Amino acid sequence: MEAIRTLTSTAAPLPLPNIDTDQIIPKQFLKRIERTGYGDFLFYDWRRIQSGPNAGQPNPEFVLNKPEHSGAKILIAEKNFGCGSSREHAAWAIQQFGFRAVIAPTFADIFYSNAGKNGIILVCLTDEEVETLLARSTANPNHRITIDLEQQTVKDDQGFLAHFDIDAFRKDCLLNGLDDIGLTLRHEKALDSFEQKHDAAFWLAPKPAALTTAAPETR
Amino acid sequence: MSQPQTLFEKVWQQHVVAEPAGEPTLIYIDLHLVHEVTSPQAFDGLRLAGRKLRRPDRHIATVDHNVPTTSAQDRLVIADQISARQVNALRDNCAEFGIEFFDVQDAGQGIVHMIGPELGATKPGTTIVCGDSHTSTHGAFGALAFGIGTSEVEHVMATQTLPQSKPKTFRINVEGKLPNGVTAKDIILDIIGRIGTDGATGYVVEYAGSAIRALSMEERMTICNMSIEAGARAGMIAADETTFAYLKGRRFSPQGAAWDEAIAHWRTMRSDDGAIFDREMTIDATGLAPNVTWGTSPGMVTRVDATVPSIEDARSEADRKSFARALEYMDLKPGIRIEDIAVDRVFIGSCTNARISDLRAAAAVVKGHHVATTVRAMVVPGSQLVKKQAEEEGLDHIFRTAGFEWREPGCSMCLGMNPDILEPGERCASTSNRNFEGRQGRGGRTHLLSPAMAAAAAVTGHLTDIRKWPPTGKPAPAEPVLAQGGLR
Repeated sequence: MEAIRTLTSTAAPLPLPNIDTDQIIPKQFLKRIERTGYGDFLFYDWRRIQSGPNAGQPNPEFVLNKPEHSGAKILIAEKNFGCGSSREHAAWAIQQFGFRAVIAPTFADIFYSNAGKNGIILVCLTDEEVETLLARSTANPNHRITIDLEQQTVKDDQGFLAHFDIDAFRKDCLLNGLDDIGLTLRHEKALDSFEQKHDAAFWLAPKPAALTTAAPETR
Repeated sequence: MSQPQTLFEKVWQQHVVAEPAGEPTLIYIDLHLVHEVTSPQAFDGLRLAGRKLRRPDRHIATVDHNVPTTSAQDRLVIADQISARQVNALRDNCAEFGIEFFDVQDAGQGIVHMIGPELGATKPGTTIVCGDSHTSTHGAFGALAFGIGTSEVEHVMATQTLPQSKPKTFRINVEGKLPNGVTAKDIILDIIGRIGTDGATGYVVEYAGSAIRALSMEERMTICNMSIEAGARAGMIAADETTFAYLKGRRFSPQGAAWDEAIAHWRTMRSDDGAIFDREMTIDATGLAPNVTWGTSPGMVTRVDATVPSIEDARSEADRKSFARALEYMDLKPGIRIEDIAVDRVFIGSCTNARISDLRAAAAVVKGHHVATTVRAMVVPGSQLVKKQAEEEGLDHIFRTAGFEWREPGCSMCLGMNPDILEPGERCASTSNRNFEGRQGRGGRTHLLSPAMAAAAAVTGHLTDIRKWPPTGKPAPAEPVLAQGGLR
């Protein structure tokens, strides 16, 4: 995971609440077995005209198709961003399209976790603060926002300043690009001894021990 | 005497491996369920890092999202090369890493959230994860079960643990007797409508109260399944005699003396009297009605005897915007009666409502009737076991005679990753869990409802209040057969 400290960029405003992961990356792109190559499919349906004679053509009204918003590394949306399916492909698509941060009032739990594992900064601001940034980025595509992860602040070039909360551990992982599995393996001794005791509680095992160890003929 | 604890707190505490200061708690995972869509990148990750799968005995895999449901032959040779590649990847990965795999033709195959309980692998007081948000289903057994992303899948494979920050607790009490025609699906749709699709974000919900206690295991699974649609990390229902009766004798359930010992432990896995929840809410079951969604999120739901709401009914500015967009997408005008909405397709299936009791309820409505000429309807059993049981009971015959397609088990049109999709503009009465834009096919319009209501809509050609069934002048259907503990 790439470490990140501060980010200054223009933003793409997406003024809608409850943007679900089916919209972020539609199901037909979940069949791939690779971890890369999802950027082109971000908001696939919204980027295309849905009906009429031009169905399937790029929708010039959609923010990600507007040349003035190209290169934006920050996405701004309304509450409950990333709800629905657990597909990490949504985080991969956002990151591989070129976004490094999403600003919204709230995020769905699983998406929040997935984004963190992919080095995407998720910034929760108040409804009013988000509304201000949405309005400014919509009115002026050159509106630049700076996210300072170290200081936990969001500023813009028009005097906007807001503080955001982030879990200290998550912040540390983003700042240092830490790998979760590596971190967990620091506790391998504790895990070994926990597991030894835990295995004795057979009523918690998914399969009876006889089926998994002693009796191969039942497999 | 120690502090009274909630069910969630007990499960959590029994699974703490480490609590490093300033970091999330490391939680042990008892069971990881694997399917083809969210796992290939995780297996690759293990290989790249040279890591082993720590505990192959704590993983169970099957194929469900991608598999065609048309015929057994279509499943063995999947025409869509990209889907076939994903299914083959899981088959190979399970062989390489030693994971028990239920392949397309196996008697144990089915939607991943169906087979865990059917096998008896889903157990009270355990922690269960899967790279699928509807993992919350397994909470019906008093397990802490939640959906995870692919990075977390890899983490569980490598360490059998997950770092987790502790969620808050939210108890929803549903009290009283459900009126006729009102099902578990209507309870959960009502809850999501009340609290919103982010109403339980950050919480683990425990469902309690007399109406919940009275539900079968299959109905409890329907409720817990859709917890995620209210944003909840997980949904749970404490295990009781109903749970034990369901689990007894299943393939992976303890046997003999071990069974008695297991039950003794499982009985302790309930919220203590006086346990404090961060949030609590009570719903009067006697006031509930059959529900149908009208919009593009499960929270956009209303009673079947109501009308399509107007933008003025929205509770906030953000909701007004979503309402307007949803009405346009759904091609609905405020004020029209829900029952006047005609449907083109009916889908009875998914991890929400494709169990034997769901199929029995739908068949009881359909028996003696025929699917409307304007409707294409299909039944997709959730698992091979359900399909077999239904065929033994002659339900397939009832459905086929009535003009339904009878399919092979899988996720099918719940998310349309397989060939089962809506065409643009088609309107579907669906027993699944999500009505997002394009969920069942680009441009498709989804109305979520119970299996009996879906069956009635197939017959009449429009959304129909099941409480008025049968329509006058038509023969009365046979008495519905109630599920008693589900399948073996």
